Amino acid sequence: MPGMTITEKILAKKSGRSHVRPGDNVWVNVDVLMTHDVCGPGTIGIFHEEFGKEAKVWDRDRVVVIPDHYIFTADGKCHRNVQILRDFVKAQGLKYYYDPDFITGEPGFPNPYKDPTKTSYKGVCHKALPEEGHVRPGEILLGTDSHTCTAGAFGQFATGVGNTDAAFTLGTGKTWLKVPATMKFKFHGEIPAYLTAKDLILAVIGQIGVDGATYRSMYFTGDGIGSLTLEDRMTLTNMAIEAGGKNGVCDVDDKTLAYVRNRSNVPTWDIVEEDANAEYHSTFEWDLSTMEPMVAKPHSPDNKDLARNCRHVKLDQAYLGSCTGGKITDMIFAANILKGQKVKIKTWVVPGSTEVHADMKRLNLRGVPKDSNEKSIEDVLADAGCDIAPSGCGACLGGPPDTMGRLNSPITCISSTNRNFPGRMGDKRAGVYLASPLTVAASALTGYVTDPREYVTHKIETGTAGVV
Amino acid sequence: MEMVITGRAYVMGDNIDTDQIIPAQFLSYNPSDPEERKYFGRYANSGVPDGQMGLPDGNIRFVPDNAFRSEYAIVIGGKNFGCGSSREHAPLALAEAGVRAVIAEFYARIFFRNSVNGGYLLPLESVERLVEVIQTGDELRIDLNAGVVENLTRKSTHKINPLGDVLPIVEAGGVFAYARQTGMIAAK
Ligand code: SF4
Repeated sequence: MPGMTITEKILAKKSGRSHVRPGDNVWVNVDVLMTHDVCGPGTIGIFHEEFGKEAKVWDRDRVVVIPDHYIFTADGKCHRNVQILRDFVKAQGLKYYYDPDFITGEPGFPNPYKDPTKTSYKGVCHKALPEEGHVRPGEILLGTDSHTCTAGAFGQFATGVGNTDAAFTLGTGKTWLKVPATMKFKFHGEIPAYLTAKDLILAVIGQIGVDGATYRSMYFTGDGIGSLTLEDRMTLTNMAIEAGGKNGVCDVDDKTLAYVRNRSNVPTWDIVEEDANAEYHSTFEWDLSTMEPMVAKPHSPDNKDLARNCRHVKLDQAYLGSCTGGKITDMIFAANILKGQKVKIKTWVVPGSTEVHADMKRLNLRGVPKDSNEKSIEDVLADAGCDIAPSGCGACLGGPPDTMGRLNSPITCISSTNRNFPGRMGDKRAGVYLASPLTVAASALTGYVTDPREYVTHKIETGTAGVV
Repeated sequence: MEMVITGRAYVMGDNIDTDQIIPAQFLSYNPSDPEERKYFGRYANSGVPDGQMGLPDGNIRFVPDNAFRSEYAIVIGGKNFGCGSSREHAPLALAEAGVRAVIAEFYARIFFRNSVNGGYLLPLESVERLVEVIQTGDELRIDLNAGVVENLTRKSTHKINPLGDVLPIVEAGGVFAYARQTGMIAAK
């Protein structure tokens, strides 16, 4: 019998089988289900319609509710949706809910949190999930959001589902899955100073296309992946969906374990490794030393080019944020390029979570707690002329028209986010270049798409940021 | 399950993502509220760039201004239909607008799954590429028993793949109905 990949092993175990093969349909037990303010209300509606008004969720400690999408808007329907989540959490006695406590029911634009350490609000769900201890090796995580695949960086099976699937799992703790074949992406060498994981994943998607991993699992491995911070691995698995992947997964190593040990709210987990004789759909290999900073040009994440080939592209705006490019290490990368200089174009900075925002105030440019006379990352970004918004999904998905940083006219933007399909960040005539936080920062300084090698002179240390 | 579906075609291209099918700014409507749900129909396919709205000509609105329903009951897509965001609002929006089937070369998996599990519409796969063969406005007749779509306007017939593994869920009308039929969850 052939061996199994990480994804196959997790699905076998969670379906109570000794062995599964790609193409098998299995019913699995779900460990954690996450929903948010955009898909929660619909999910809750279906749940009650199907299981009854008085129905209870299958396990109130395994349902995690994280409002994050439409928070900073005056749209009353969005506030109403948060209230639907609150009512559900209360009625069900759910243990894990991260309330935007500044949404008070008053009409109009809410007053954002003042101190990111003093709010129950967390920001973007995919960043909040590991921070709050909901992510562990070997488990199955479902979320009503396509970027739920982010958590695969921690060696688990994580994938996005719709409202109906989520409602079904809410009531039963189960879902059916077709076992995907696994594509293996092996990276050799150490990540150079001018690259981040964003360049790697844009190269992968550029090569295989936005449908290149449809119905498949993407496994990122090799010493090159080992050389990445955990946060940078999250950038890789985050964008598995942009190649159509069902999930993305990385090996578990000391970095993973240090983080999970410190955060997990469940004491035990299973580390799952590939079998030596596992069978892969295909294998791709890259040498990190030969890779260059990448962009995805409008209007598709697979429309790849080298950043240096796009030096003539004039930009109107830069955007640093989202579950892909709004983590603390992304902020440190950008701040090290922007320090002591001024941006030439409107540049938005949207922290991926309130913890990221707190770290931006707490840490210095080397990612360690700052001295009283040192500048924080937030100070450096603000001094450079960036507009710093409160944490959340922000303009990553456009959102309501009053969303900060939304592209409300046909302008050109460079962004550390994950999608650039027409209209993704607002106006459907706007053009979005996807790039690493280094490239976004370098481009903000020149007003043109800019290879960060024009600015990066040495390896940027990220210190203890995002490590435990 | 309907075995014959007739209606006019609305032709879209490759990699139609769910932001184009239902732009994010409309996701604040609650699909569980019957009054608000209708708005997903109104804004269905409104994120498609104007030049690509209704191929090959473009600039053909899927739903007229201030209407809730479309005159097109069948959507023709190319590769990777429904990619991007996992929002179930996408198949729901098409269904609210009156779409009963999509025929594409292949689907992004979450859109396919949402269509089937939610019982919104039939996500059918064409054997050949139809985007250049069928034009927006053509009168179509899908016959699932025969596994074909007939173009009544152009007098041509094209094969459709069988639904395969998901047929029992489609026949039941969605994952809840299927789970009840098979005794996985209690009857309502
Ligand atoms: S930050 Fe963007 S990609 Fe991430 S969950 Fe929010 S909207 Fe989705």
